[in-house]
Amino acid sequence: MTNNSLSAIFAETADPRLATPGMNRATIFFLIVTVVGLSCGVLAFIFGHHTIYNNTREMPWGMLISTYAFWAITSTGLCMYAAMSHVFGGTRMKIISNRMVWMSIICIMGAFATIGVEIASPHRMLLYNIISPNPLSNIWWMGTLYGLAVGCMIIEFSGIVTGLAKLALIMGVFGALAEVLANSCLGGVFATLPARPYWYGAQLPIYFLTSAFLSGAAAAVLFNYLAYRIRDEKMSPSVHLAVKSAGKAMTLVLILYTVATFWRLVSFYVGGPELGRTAADALISGPLAFNFWVLEVCAGLAIPALLIILSRLENMRMLALAGFLILVGQFVARYNLVVAGQIVPQNLGWDNLPTHFSYVPSVFEFGVVAGSIGVVAFGFLIGERVFGKTFTQKEHH
Amino acid sequence: MNIEDLEKEINEGIDSLPLQERRKFLKMGLAVTGVFLGGSVLSLTSISHASNQKNADSDIPVEGQYPYPKHYGMIMRQNRCVGCELCVEACKQTNHVPNDHGAWRTAIQEKITTENNTEKREFRPVLCNQCNRPPCVRVCPTKATYKDPETGIVVMDYKKCIGCKTCMAACPYNARYFNEEKYAIDKCNFCIDTRLAEGKKETACAAACPARVRIFGDLKDKSTEIYRLLQTPDSKIWVLRPDTGALPNVFYMNG
Ligand code: SF4
Ligand code: SF4
Repeated sequence: MTNNSLSAIFAETADPRLATPGMNRATIFFLIVTVVGLSCGVLAFIFGHHTIYNNTREMPWGMLISTYAFWAITSTGLCMYAAMSHVFGGTRMKIISNRMVWMSIICIMGAFATIGVEIASPHRMLLYNIISPNPLSNIWWMGTLYGLAVGCMIIEFSGIVTGLAKLALIMGVFGALAEVLANSCLGGVFATLPARPYWYGAQLPIYFLTSAFLSGAAAAVLFNYLAYRIRDEKMSPSVHLAVKSAGKAMTLVLILYTVATFWRLVSFYVGGPELGRTAADALISGPLAFNFWVLEVCAGLAIPALLIILSRLENMRMLALAGFLILVGQFVARYNLVVAGQIVPQNLGWDNLPTHFSYVPSVFEFGVVAGSIGVVAFGFLIGERVFGKTFTQKEHH
Repeated sequence: MNIEDLEKEINEGIDSLPLQERRKFLKMGLAVTGVFLGGSVLSLTSISHASNQKNADSDIPVEGQYPYPKHYGMIMRQNRCVGCELCVEACKQTNHVPNDHGAWRTAIQEKITTENNTEKREFRPVLCNQCNRPPCVRVCPTKATYKDPETGIVVMDYKKCIGCKTCMAACPYNARYFNEEKYAIDKCNFCIDTRLAEGKKETACAAACPARVRIFGDLKDKSTEIYRLLQTPDSKIWVLRPDTGALPNVFYMNG
């Protein structure tokens, strides 16, 4: 460690150009969104999770689980791209990788904030995850690995800021490994439940990883665009190239993800359990059809593909818009996945049950989601302000 | 229908039961002879008959190979159920099941169908199947839910439950609910703490049923009615959702 005091470190990393009234207002705005949004979740601990959130016995998981998955998946993607460029070097994305590490940490914070108010008794988790672990449980592994990942990434980032490159590199590798494994366990949470044919199967963990590469690239494009936007500056040629590389990765994975989505849905219609097919119906022509066709497919896949083509990977504004839409699409895709898995009554045919349950998230659930967006936006702005130079300084090397 | 006829039945299996699953049932002392009715019905015959059959190629159970010292289960004589729900009431009283929406440990499902202009009402009692390969137990991060090593009953350790609700998502039978008083997930435990611990031989629901629909007991104990019904059935026996591989210990029959 250097003898630098904290303030000296920050003096080196901070970007004073961002100390503007406009930035202050935006930062405070998102802080307020965070506090108000997450307060909705805190209410759950006062009035009861079951009264505040619209989950039921039949549909125990809702929008908060999908939001958690969305941020966790995005975090994994960002972390993987950063680690790849740190480890293998030579990639054009290296120059933006410090920002990606930071945003990966911030996204996982958004995920933790969401899951923290979703779980009924997180305090019990702190104790019993340690003294009564179940090694067969995907949830246990997922929580443990994400915890480990965030620890590694925080050390990595400290290493980056203080110039301890080797420490940063090693921790970056461990962090990325933990993130990938955690992501896989997250997919496994759903993939290993034979009771839910819409989730059950070997494809899902790979699907989650593909989604991580997609969301990660989209987030890399968007956040880098925004970083220059808030400074009202043009990207340097090397950053431009880096974002272009992220855009290329985004395009490639967009194709892979679309193919995977297509076959995933087709598979339900060629046979297999009725429950899976009825769940897929919810997306194709049922209560989730608008979400699926308009938001997930059109806004989240088709329009971004068009924008990418039109941008020729040169027009950053268009590319960033594509990235933004992909993230919106991925958010909705996670929601559709979580909801569709539970939307068909397991004892359909009895008790006069409808083919599909209806689930509409409560205002409090929307509040928590807004809060998690607040966390990420606030984290982004603070990062640019406090570590802005760290994110761009390598340009001169 | 007698057992010989049963054994001649062909397997109409659709969501068909893999060989492995048959083996698992064999392990429990039961042999599979057919799968029919939308894949959710499974017929079993006594192992003594099945052991003479070709498909009972391996894993033929030897008495004493049950995984638990006592192996509790229940058989529902479904067509006897009149839907009076006295069992549901008895369960609520005995096990202090909260009254709020969505909390139940056992329920009576109802199906109304019309055939030739006549309405037919069917009732089906459901509860936790105390599965032999319980998905709820496998997914729980903190072992808050586990198989009781003495009885094979799936029980809760409330203080360890973090409320992640993965067990609810994992259960094929919708057997779990959020207990707001305990602020943990709760479920049927065959009255292990409220009746069995006091030496009673039956669960509250079985005791309360005026039509003797629910036969509860130790699957291993040759002196029990459930043993007799399962090992020498005079009609088909099935379980719910066999395709999930949870290996339930609640069986259904008509009779
Ligand atoms: S029926 Fe559900 S709650 Fe009961 S043991 Fe099986 S999986 Fe667990
Ligand atoms: S809700 Fe409780 S019992 Fe169910 S899996 Fe989570 S910790 Fe285990």
